[in-house]
Amino acid sequence: METLIEVKGLSKSFGALRAVSDISLSVTRGEVLGFLGPNGAGKSTTMKMITGFLAPSAGQVAIAGHDIEQAPLAAKAKLGYVPEGAPAYGEMTPAAFLDFIADVRGLPRATRAARIAEVVAKIHLEKVLHQRIETLSKGFKRRVGLAQAILHDPEILVMDEPTDGLDPNQKHEVRTLIKEMAPHKAIVISTHILEEVDAVCTRAIIINQGRIIFSGTPLELAERSRYHNAVTVIVPVAARERALALLAPLLAGHAVEQQDVGGDCRLTLLGGEAPLSVERLQGALRDGGCELRGVFVEHGHLDEVFRTLTREASASGEVHRT
Amino acid sequence: MNGFTTILKRELRAYFATPVAYVFIVIFLVLAGVATFYMGGFYERGQADLEPFFQFHPWLYMFLIPAISMRLWSEERKAGTLELLLTLPIPLAASVVGKFLAAWIFTAVALAGTLPLWLTVNYLGDPDNTVILAGYLGSLLMAGGFLAIGACISALTRNQVIAFVISFVICFAFNLSGFPMVIDMFSAWAPQAVVDVISSFSFLTHFNAIVKGVIDVRDLVFFASLIAFWLYANVLAIEMNKSN
Repeated sequence: METLIEVKGLSKSFGALRAVSDISLSVTRGEVLGFLGPNGAGKSTTMKMITGFLAPSAGQVAIAGHDIEQAPLAAKAKLGYVPEGAPAYGEMTPAAFLDFIADVRGLPRATRAARIAEVVAKIHLEKVLHQRIETLSKGFKRRVGLAQAILHDPEILVMDEPTDGLDPNQKHEVRTLIKEMAPHKAIVISTHILEEVDAVCTRAIIINQGRIIFSGTPLELAERSRYHNAVTVIVPVAARERALALLAPLLAGHAVEQQDVGGDCRLTLLGGEAPLSVERLQGALRDGGCELRGVFVEHGHLDEVFRTLTREASASGEVHRT
Repeated sequence: MNGFTTILKRELRAYFATPVAYVFIVIFLVLAGVATFYMGGFYERGQADLEPFFQFHPWLYMFLIPAISMRLWSEERKAGTLELLLTLPIPLAASVVGKFLAAWIFTAVALAGTLPLWLTVNYLGDPDNTVILAGYLGSLLMAGGFLAIGACISALTRNQVIAFVISFVICFAFNLSGFPMVIDMFSAWAPQAVVDVISSFSFLTHFNAIVKGVIDVRDLVFFASLIAFWLYANVLAIEMNKSN
């Protein structure tokens, strides 16, 4: 697949503060790259350099083959960008704003109105088209920002926290939109919502203190979890001891975590030498006459992996400094 | 320069989309009228000219122009639209010039609102209309100079009040740079050549020369190069101060 974003050795310092250090990555057409990291990790700064807002202290960015510093206009023409908070001119209406963007993007007169109408319909802006942007709700403002970015149907789309502050329905809509566009574009989104990575991204990068500490598919990320392939068995609280006794012969070095939720006891079996067979666990409990209220295989807790990775990195970072 | 006209159009529309334009134009016209008729003694002088009108322009512009220019870049910074603007395929210089020119056209519209005064003086007497035309030209050039200063200062801060106050002080200094209060600050220690240069920056001197109907190329070059200098500084102010 053709590489549309190529970032090499990107660094940015603000005075003595090193916000981004030596980040390299590439995104091909059809990929959706999720940028993860704690607040202040350098996600936004990296995106600002990729989109040509900030000049890097070191390193290069190529957008569809155009160097963002050497040929900024050619690179920016290929790019759609939703900056953090989706800023737009408050005194304009979405209709006027999109017309302005169409003008900037050089959309041909003949097809301009049709293209704007198409994007407006896709993003559901019809109702607020002639209201001033500053009077719109957060969700609509975000949509205006999104409409602006995709108006010229860019090959490359960069979005800084596109779903931040949206309600669950709106989040779902934005994610659906991203998935629809994904096959034809290279997309980078930053987020600190981990479910989003699972929902839309084909690849995830975790940044901490300006460095990449993980790069892989969402599945690979989940595999790092202690809970990857763990099995959770739900039994009544009263049957806890009995269930533990029945399950014990099947375990091989597995740890058992217990959590009571209402009248249910959740027994999570994790670690161990080999993955457990759900059928055998169910069989053992059934044969022993223990009531089974549910059983499922965990595929991994992304937030736990995220916490572990970013904390580990911070701790080792502190060691390096001393 | 496709981006330039796009920015120019957007900015011009922005003035008239908010009450700012109307408030400014009304205040400008009222103040200009008050100054002309009461302080300038338009009727009492018994002369058919617009000198009492033009002589107050440097002082009106000194605080009215920063009121226009303060929002040019501060607002973009504060609203976050600066990031949007600078990641669109428009050269920065086109945005800087486009915004400046839109503001300048806007002040020209406000100035055009004083044309009834010109009609009045023609009705009452027989003025030298070329001198009046020169007055309008001088006034417009001076407004451009103040606007370029204000735009550059606005690029340095996200706070419009700070942009206003600093622009006001600089405009004031440029007005007075031929006067003792500014000259005395330098004459004690700076060589005479420097003092001469500073006093030659006086907007008042250049403006008064044009208003008298003497259009000297040097006065035109003064305002043109001053505008160019501050616009260039405006570009640098944004380039160097983006992340703020």
